[in-house]
Amino acid sequence: MAKKVFQRPKYLKKAVFHYCPGCGHSIIHRLIAEIIEELDIGEKVIGVPPAGCAVLAYDYFDVDMGESPHGRGAAVATGIKRILPDRIVFSYQGDGDIAAIGTAETIHAANRGENITTIFVNNGVYGMTGGQMAPTTLAGQNSTTTPGGRDVKRDGFPLDLSEMLAIARGSVYIERTAVNSPKNIMRTKRAITKAFKAQMDGLGFSLVEILSPCPTNWKLSSVDACKWVEESMVKTFPLKVIKDEVEGAIS
Amino acid sequence: MAKKTKKGKITIDRELCKGCYLCISVCPSHLIAVSDKLNQKGYYPAEYMETDSKEKNRKCTGCTMCAITCPDIAIEVYRG
Repeated sequence: MAKKVFQRPKYLKKAVFHYCPGCGHSIIHRLIAEIIEELDIGEKVIGVPPAGCAVLAYDYFDVDMGESPHGRGAAVATGIKRILPDRIVFSYQGDGDIAAIGTAETIHAANRGENITTIFVNNGVYGMTGGQMAPTTLAGQNSTTTPGGRDVKRDGFPLDLSEMLAIARGSVYIERTAVNSPKNIMRTKRAITKAFKAQMDGLGFSLVEILSPCPTNWKLSSVDACKWVEESMVKTFPLKVIKDEVEGAIS
Repeated sequence: MAKKTKKGKITIDRELCKGCYLCISVCPSHLIAVSDKLNQKGYYPAEYMETDSKEKNRKCTGCTMCAITCPDIAIEVYRG
């Protein structure tokens, strides 16, 4: 008798994702839904979707969601968590959302040690508006507003937000992973699980930065986009545990 | 006695597939190919080949690599 070993997780609605073919967002949505099911927190988790490609995340997750204004995910999550401290609150933000317009809110939430989890999806461009340069765009990377490649003298260096948040004393767990291969996807799942557990134990601010392929705006095929993450993006944003003060402390 | 070879099977939902072909790139047995028929969205979806592997005697083991990689959760995996 064949046993089903992989299927759509319980907390994802039976809706077709609006994301482009090969987009990392849908993989990350699935991982979060799987983790919610595994930790059995579906009844008390509240998500905060961003403005950006994932703005319609509430159409897919079958858990409570509260949309936030552009960049204010950490602030909205702070409010929800302070009113309902027994809930598990996560904000889901892209790089344009968290690293450009929402830098202040995010840094201060981390510095205050708010007991929330942030999922930071980094694809190096403004995806929804058509691939303009984001703070995280790599040096030399083409985008619609940097046609000859990002010149660091003119446009600045790629912003390493996770390292900045690691300096904040309130943050307890920060890891950077990717979703470009099955191995990295499983690592991402472990990292998000750890971040959620850190929050459930009330330890403080946790963040998982996920390098995610954007084949449409990078103008690559899905398979080449995954290779590009491995070859180029990882050099600027190395995959590692940036801060871990929860090892041994979480149940 | 336990069997040495694991038997697996996958199903791909033609209408959910958007033709990114990441599953084809990760299948260790090369058992997934591009369909020659369009789906309703206008993509050529990935298709599971029961036995037609490029390398002979390669069978699906139900390793779930394709399903882990599939962004659109079009793949379901069965084992046993």
